Amino acid sequence: MEAKTLFDKIWDGHVVRSIKEGPDVLYIDRHYIHEVTSPQAFNGLRQRGIKVFRPEKTIATADHNIPTKDQHLTIKDELSRNQVERLSHNCREHGIEYFGLNNSKNGIVHIIGPELGYTLPGMTIVCGDSHTSTHGAFGTIAFGIGTSEVEMVLATQCIMQPKPRKMRISVNGKLEKGVTSKDIILYIISRISAAGGTGYFVEFAGSAIQSLSMEARMTICNMSIEMGARGGLIAPDETTFEYLKKLSVVHGVKDFNKALEGWKKMKSDEGAVFDMELVYDAADIKPMITYGTNPGMGMAIDAAIPLSDTAGKEASASYMKSLAYMGFKPDMKLIGHPVDYVFIGSCTNGRIEDFRAFAELIRGKKKADSVTALIVPGSKLVEEQMKQEGLVKIYEDAGFEVRQPGCSSCLAMNEDKIPAGKYAVSTSNRNFEGRQGPGARTLLASPLTAAAAAVTGRITDPRTLLS
Amino acid sequence: MPKTKFNILETTCVPLPLENVDTDQIIPARFLSATSREGFGDNLFRDWRYLKTGEKNPEFVLNSPVYSGKVLVAGKNFGSGSSREHAVWAIYDYGFRAVVSSFFADIFKNNSLNNGLLPIVISEELLQKLQSQVKQDPSTKVRIDLEKQEFSVLPTGDTARFEINAYKKECLLKGLDDIDFLIAMKDQITDYENNKIMVK
Ligand code: SF4
Repeated sequence: MEAKTLFDKIWDGHVVRSIKEGPDVLYIDRHYIHEVTSPQAFNGLRQRGIKVFRPEKTIATADHNIPTKDQHLTIKDELSRNQVERLSHNCREHGIEYFGLNNSKNGIVHIIGPELGYTLPGMTIVCGDSHTSTHGAFGTIAFGIGTSEVEMVLATQCIMQPKPRKMRISVNGKLEKGVTSKDIILYIISRISAAGGTGYFVEFAGSAIQSLSMEARMTICNMSIEMGARGGLIAPDETTFEYLKKLSVVHGVKDFNKALEGWKKMKSDEGAVFDMELVYDAADIKPMITYGTNPGMGMAIDAAIPLSDTAGKEASASYMKSLAYMGFKPDMKLIGHPVDYVFIGSCTNGRIEDFRAFAELIRGKKKADSVTALIVPGSKLVEEQMKQEGLVKIYEDAGFEVRQPGCSSCLAMNEDKIPAGKYAVSTSNRNFEGRQGPGARTLLASPLTAAAAAVTGRITDPRTLLS
Repeated sequence: MPKTKFNILETTCVPLPLENVDTDQIIPARFLSATSREGFGDNLFRDWRYLKTGEKNPEFVLNSPVYSGKVLVAGKNFGSGSSREHAVWAIYDYGFRAVVSSFFADIFKNNSLNNGLLPIVISEELLQKLQSQVKQDPSTKVRIDLEKQEFSVLPTGDTARFEINAYKKECLLKGLDDIDFLIAMKDQITDYENNKIMVK
């Protein structure tokens, strides 16, 4: 038999029909929705006079524009409130499970899916949100879709998709202390650019990837979209199975052990052909930071900003515009540069391990006076665990305040905005112009690097603060 | 629901020669709270189009009296970032019917095709040439022939073939809608569920 990639196996198993010279009709096992990209899709169903086809396969949460303080009160902003109420109403009308505001399981869609046992190996998963790629950490084909496609899934549990090409990125070897999975993915994107993965679905492999926890793997897959890729996945292994075994419930599986047998076989065959293969050495990766306005503009924290976007070429107008927005110049070093804000949270780094890492570094230190910190757990469960593990206490002793869960300053749809011109070291995934508020200047980094900035008030190599 | 049909378009164009224009620039997140598809055009490129004072930024191309037309000539890697279809709604609502670039982000391309906005990929070389041509002469017209998959710059005679998958082309030409297509194959979907599905 022909050697197949894991991606091919899952994809081919979900094709309901192939259209000649056209897309495949792909069956979707799990559909996540949130308030921002779903209302128009439900309107569409209403106009067609139809109901949701398989409501039990869709899971809903409110996360993008909810406040992170006083969640028990009504949402102040009228449009946001209306949007969240609309989602709640739509879910009730169509019989969809909804983890709304104040529900004990509420949180960012890509955090709650895995932690509540809805994301399982071998699935096809979509959501009207580009970071759906996060779920690939479990060995799923998971990708973001637009609202028209959300409507397709609600109406028929299928979408039409051309099959992407396949890429494998292997990272081998051992990571240095202080270097995290966030650094791995920022490093890869800085090497292949923010568009280098466009048209591809990526499988991450290699010993450095295999050594990572599920949470760290989610960070990597989460940001695969930031290199333009349709998504990224990692073959399930013992780490995956241990994670699943610890969950209190796994949805949609009648016999867990039998399912486990199937999941154990899920990997790319020996000799399977990828359209592109890239190999990196973990030892080359240092703590990373971005200096520009797309996630491809990243460098080792102690390096100097490159002279141009493509090696050896003249800096393009877009490159210079980006640096001007950030208030930086080519060849400048960022170590020691003052930082105004620190944001720790988002579907990239808003899981319990991220908050543990942050706590490890700030324990016994004090927040720098010049820094405003936004500490936002990814979900209610994460928030609860932070309390139980005593992390909240460590944070408070160091002068930090922990907020309530939500997307928050990752996209600044609520009031958690970074003011114009201010510098924010952020554990989120996008440093686009204005992403964290009009005029905000975002530097993407790991939770450790964010912690180092939070206690020193400057861009600091976290390795110098780790004992 | 059938959509507007697309076939031949002859129009002047608006140049936006920037690379990596992401969906947060096309429509900033703070304008995504609406629950209908209409009206997003007013906030297209909001933070470039308006100054901090709320006045129009005279430097930004959409505010220039010189350029107009139904085709946006963008730079490389247009539409990266979020999956928000609002970006496409904003471009369409503003009055554009096609975007030309040398490279589009995947989700943006799909979203465009699902809304009758044609993403046209041409070579970087032709794109550069077109940008300078439009700058020099804002009355430059381009012609898009979807049936023939041809994009031409009329005054210079440059013509390039663009790719589009046959199914999507048919949908655009006839104004057909994917959802109608999928709804019509419900029996086949149910069959799939009964026979092949792994996770119920
Ligand atoms: S945390 Fe940020 S990237 Fe993740 S879903 Fe929310 S807005 Fe999107």
